[in-house]
Amino acid sequence: MTMTAEALTKEFIRQGNGTNRFVAVQPADISIERGQFVLLMGRSGSGKSTLLNMLAGLLTPTSGKVLYGGEDIYAMDDGKLSRFRSEHIGVIPQGQTAVHSLTVTENICLSYMLYGTDKERAAASEYAAVLMERLDISRLADAMPSELSGGELRRMAIARAMIRKPDVIFADEPTCDLDDENTENVLKILKETALSGTAVFMVTHEKDAAEYADVRYKMSSGRIERD
Amino acid sequence: MKLTKSLPFRNIAGRPARSAALVILTVLMAVTMICGTLIVSSLRTGLNALEARLGADIMTVPASALSKQNFENVIMQGSRGYFYMDRSYLDKAAEREGIEKISPQLYLASASSSCCSVPLQIIGYDPETDFTVTPWIKRSMGGELKDLDVVVGNDLSVFVGNTITFYGVECNVAAKLDKTGTDLDTAVYTNMNTIKTLIRSSLELGMNDFADIDPDSVVSCILIKVAGGYTVDEVLNDLNLHVRRTKSFKTADMVSGIAGSLEGISGLIGALICAVWVLGLVILFLAFVMSVNGRKKEFAVLRVTGASRRKLSGIVMSEALMMTVTGAVIGILLGLLIVLPFNGVIEESMGMPFLLPDTGVVLLFSVLALIVSAAAGAVSAAYSAHRIGCIDTGVILRGDN
Repeated sequence: MTMTAEALTKEFIRQGNGTNRFVAVQPADISIERGQFVLLMGRSGSGKSTLLNMLAGLLTPTSGKVLYGGEDIYAMDDGKLSRFRSEHIGVIPQGQTAVHSLTVTENICLSYMLYGTDKERAAASEYAAVLMERLDISRLADAMPSELSGGELRRMAIARAMIRKPDVIFADEPTCDLDDENTENVLKILKETALSGTAVFMVTHEKDAAEYADVRYKMSSGRIERD
Repeated sequence: MKLTKSLPFRNIAGRPARSAALVILTVLMAVTMICGTLIVSSLRTGLNALEARLGADIMTVPASALSKQNFENVIMQGSRGYFYMDRSYLDKAAEREGIEKISPQLYLASASSSCCSVPLQIIGYDPETDFTVTPWIKRSMGGELKDLDVVVGNDLSVFVGNTITFYGVECNVAAKLDKTGTDLDTAVYTNMNTIKTLIRSSLELGMNDFADIDPDSVVSCILIKVAGGYTVDEVLNDLNLHVRRTKSFKTADMVSGIAGSLEGISGLIGALICAVWVLGLVILFLAFVMSVNGRKKEFAVLRVTGASRRKLSGIVMSEALMMTVTGAVIGILLGLLIVLPFNGVIEESMGMPFLLPDTGVVLLFSVLALIVSAAAGAVSAAYSAHRIGCIDTGVILRGDN
């Protein structure tokens, strides 16, 4: 499935001395094909995460469209968009994200726990074990998130994004808490994922990530340009 | 099990301190509501029962009764006491205008010595003219009272078929009256022949304060029902003016003192319920808002993995309802356990007519308390869920970094 963004912009209202608007993302056009590893780099506050969230269906744009297979996801109602996100989009958010009352395996299988059948959930648990093995967190399968380190939580979030074998994975600085060895491991896994047909869109400061990318973008003051 | 069903349980179990605090808060709110409502309702039911049991519009007693005894204490509080006036006053009162029904009563208090089974107030009534006690007695027994038969108040621990002795005279317990929630529940009712026999026996034993009375020619109290076309005040004034050495009272005035106190207590309890509820609602509201705010990122994760706003609200609402319903059920049971078994203690401490409402009404109050308590939690949670649902997940994720 091809993902296309057309004239995508985002403005936020800032409360200061009077109300003023702040343009986080200038009109952006971007297209991601199946199997592409797309990298977006830029300084902090340049609008990378805002763009990623809009592309992932998590932040309503001020204007523009995000089309998946030709369908504008922001024209969908919340129920349909949520279901679509669950089935076609994997997101690795920035920071540490977990549902603290669920085990690591349950956190990874979260989207199947929301929508899947018992059979699908059982299959998801098996696949979660494979992903945990690849991400070196299999010993933590039954642990609670509070028992995990920052890096382990991050790898859990990566497995969670990959569990449904989605069409696109959006990764917002997925390696920021990881050591060099794990950073390389994660980049390799994301590259393999891209090679298997899933598009990967990654926001990062990691210079080394550039060598894994098929397409590189740079963002500055909300404006995106191909590197 | 689907996540939307299991997650609320897991969230509650995963945060025991927060969950326990919210449940305890709801318990407190439900206890206050059910206890307060039941107490106020019981006081009202008791007052209604007392009014109905008194039955008459006017009561006439010897003027000396006011100095010897507090008449109201005997009638309303069930204090033991007796006083007599010549029977001729009954005839004088009956001759006055505006009287539809008139009936005498004779009082005697049993002693606490060995001659009597139990010290209590004995009220003799005239079955031929009575219009106050008979309707109540008929509800408890089919036929008429025979001589040496007595009808006992609901609080006395004797049963139909038992015998009870007063001044050496053995009487048969023919019936037990319905509860009124007043001290009339500790009185014994009997016909004129029996009470005269008992008075005679007390005189013979030298245990009556009035040594020289003839039971056949005295009465203690005259009960009057005012005829249509006359006001109670008109008849009352006429009786006080023309039937000398007696004092007549409006029963409504006797009850109105209690009604006034009841209003005061109702207002106090109402204020207490309001205070606890306002405080409870504010705390509950803040607790849910803070709880949801503190878990914004968790909700963002759920949104990221495909939970719709509706599913998210469902999870938050289920969690809130589980805690508030649990708290409300515990609170209601606790409240019922306080009020139902200890209603006698409450009655005694308040010194007012106190009669628990019917089981159906108690159930209705319980269901209402459950609905209101659960709704309080649900509304607080709904606001929090709505707030979190309105924010774009991207903003939450962005804001946390």
